[in-house]
Amino acid sequence: MNMPKQPCDRFHPGSAPDFIPSPLLGELQLRRMRATVQRAYERVELTRSRMAERGLTPASIQSLGDIAKLPFTTKADLRDTYPFGLFASPMEEVVRLHASSGTTGKPIVVAYTREDVDVWTSVMVRSFAACGLHRGDVVQNAYGYGLFTGGLGAHYGAEGLGATVIPISGGNTDRQIMVMKDFGVTAICSTPSYFLHMVERASEMGIDVRELPVRVGVFGAEPWTESMRKRVEALSGIRAMDIYGLSEIIGPGVAIECAAQNGLHIFEDHFYPEIIDPESGEVLPDGEEGELVLTTLSKRAMPMIRYRTRDITALMPEQCNCGRTLRRMRRIGRRSDDMMIIRGVNVFPSQVEAALLEVEGTLPHYQIVLSREHGLDQMEVLVEVTAESFSDRIGALEQLSSQIEDRLEHVLGLRAPVRLVEPHTIQRSEGKAKRVIDKRVQA
Amino acid sequence: MKIQQLSLFSENKPGHLIEPCRLLAREGIDMQALSLADSQRFGILRMIVSDWRRALRLLEESGYIVKLTEVVAVEVPDHPGGLSQVLDLFEGTIVNIEYMYAFPTVRGEKAVLIFRFDQPDAAIEILSRGGVTVLDSGALDAR
Repeated sequence: MNMPKQPCDRFHPGSAPDFIPSPLLGELQLRRMRATVQRAYERVELTRSRMAERGLTPASIQSLGDIAKLPFTTKADLRDTYPFGLFASPMEEVVRLHASSGTTGKPIVVAYTREDVDVWTSVMVRSFAACGLHRGDVVQNAYGYGLFTGGLGAHYGAEGLGATVIPISGGNTDRQIMVMKDFGVTAICSTPSYFLHMVERASEMGIDVRELPVRVGVFGAEPWTESMRKRVEALSGIRAMDIYGLSEIIGPGVAIECAAQNGLHIFEDHFYPEIIDPESGEVLPDGEEGELVLTTLSKRAMPMIRYRTRDITALMPEQCNCGRTLRRMRRIGRRSDDMMIIRGVNVFPSQVEAALLEVEGTLPHYQIVLSREHGLDQMEVLVEVTAESFSDRIGALEQLSSQIEDRLEHVLGLRAPVRLVEPHTIQRSEGKAKRVIDKRVQA
Repeated sequence: MKIQQLSLFSENKPGHLIEPCRLLAREGIDMQALSLADSQRFGILRMIVSDWRRALRLLEESGYIVKLTEVVAVEVPDHPGGLSQVLDLFEGTIVNIEYMYAFPTVRGEKAVLIFRFDQPDAAIEILSRGGVTVLDSGALDAR
């Protein structure tokens, strides 16, 4: 059955809280915030001692803004209390554990009670509904199943919505494409970079994804740019929606785009956002760019108070055309810990991606290699040759690489050599793309 | 009269040339002409093969990016001046040679030149008028 390739914004009853009048939302948030702080104060040693140091008690929270009196929680706190130090529920009440990939040292562990899993499912149902999915959709879930929250989070959400879920998990691209085609998939969940890889591979196999019934992609787990979205949509003919979340808070389903594709609605009835100056830690007003800090309002097994996400964004207080009253945040293109300092210049991978996409025929399959020569930082950008950009003339390829170098210089204010590499040689992660190889540490 | 040439991108690294060659050999595809153009940082492998459609499919299925280009093959006497005779024909015309490569035939009396022209149709006309033998892919096969 071929579905028309257009977003469908049928109303799903689970989405009702998205439209809650703002005064009611404020009341609900305050009630939940006070209960969360109370719970953490009573049950989590770290929270209690840090509040006590500042002479604070749960009664210090009289308004939503009072949350700023409390200290931040950081990833380091999760590591220091590894594995279960921040749990607020006894193990008898914990029904699920997830863990983040520990790229540096120990992973971090997160816990869910039955109620927490239900809340998570509900925000994922609302996420999919906001993307225009509904019963009858066939959802290919290519997020990794396992300790990573992406797979099971999307699975429960799509099932909760009443859609048909294909729990294919990540990897085995040829099989993904076969399933997408043969099972009449209408929606796909994966990282944006992995989906782009699938589209390319499909084209090598003689399959044009634009001709398949798939019409929506729900993409997350790595920062991606607006130009990347345009490219993905043009190459695949789907609507590419941005989903945001992190394991420390709940997993995917913290914020989602709606049909307007202009900012992500934060599920504020469960997650309280603040934007802070990453240097001073001070709370910034709506509209200003800074680091996103989140407080969970209903998590029981592991309440998070003022968790520093490291993601850089701004809150958009204006009412959205879709009618949702939930505030939006600008889509996240960069993380404060993604920043590289090359010869004194601040560089984000997202800038490299944006520069690349400005050059005709390139795809954002790139890798940044940092090294140090004679005490000086060197940055080289590896870019895969694509079917569109490849020419049988040396001159044309040399022109391509200098064109990319020019764009990079324009965007970064730094000249970095570009090396064209063979297709498929930059490793495609089935989860998050590895954009930076830093060899300076060993040097 | 135009011939399909396959081009592959190759990094300048040891071993990078052999994989596509092995693949075609395994499938019994004959390479009739071959040239490797290289810059400091990468190379382009250009080839004319016995069954370009199958070769293209095999290479693309293995993840190679292959560019299909129409080139022109001509036959010249394999002695001094053979090439310049052909080049003379293009002097003062609007046709440009993007690149070319040459290889001798087995019997050693004739050489085959492969040209990539910016305007292949105009070039073929100039060549034919100048009395140069333009080869079709069948003629290359026979060699």
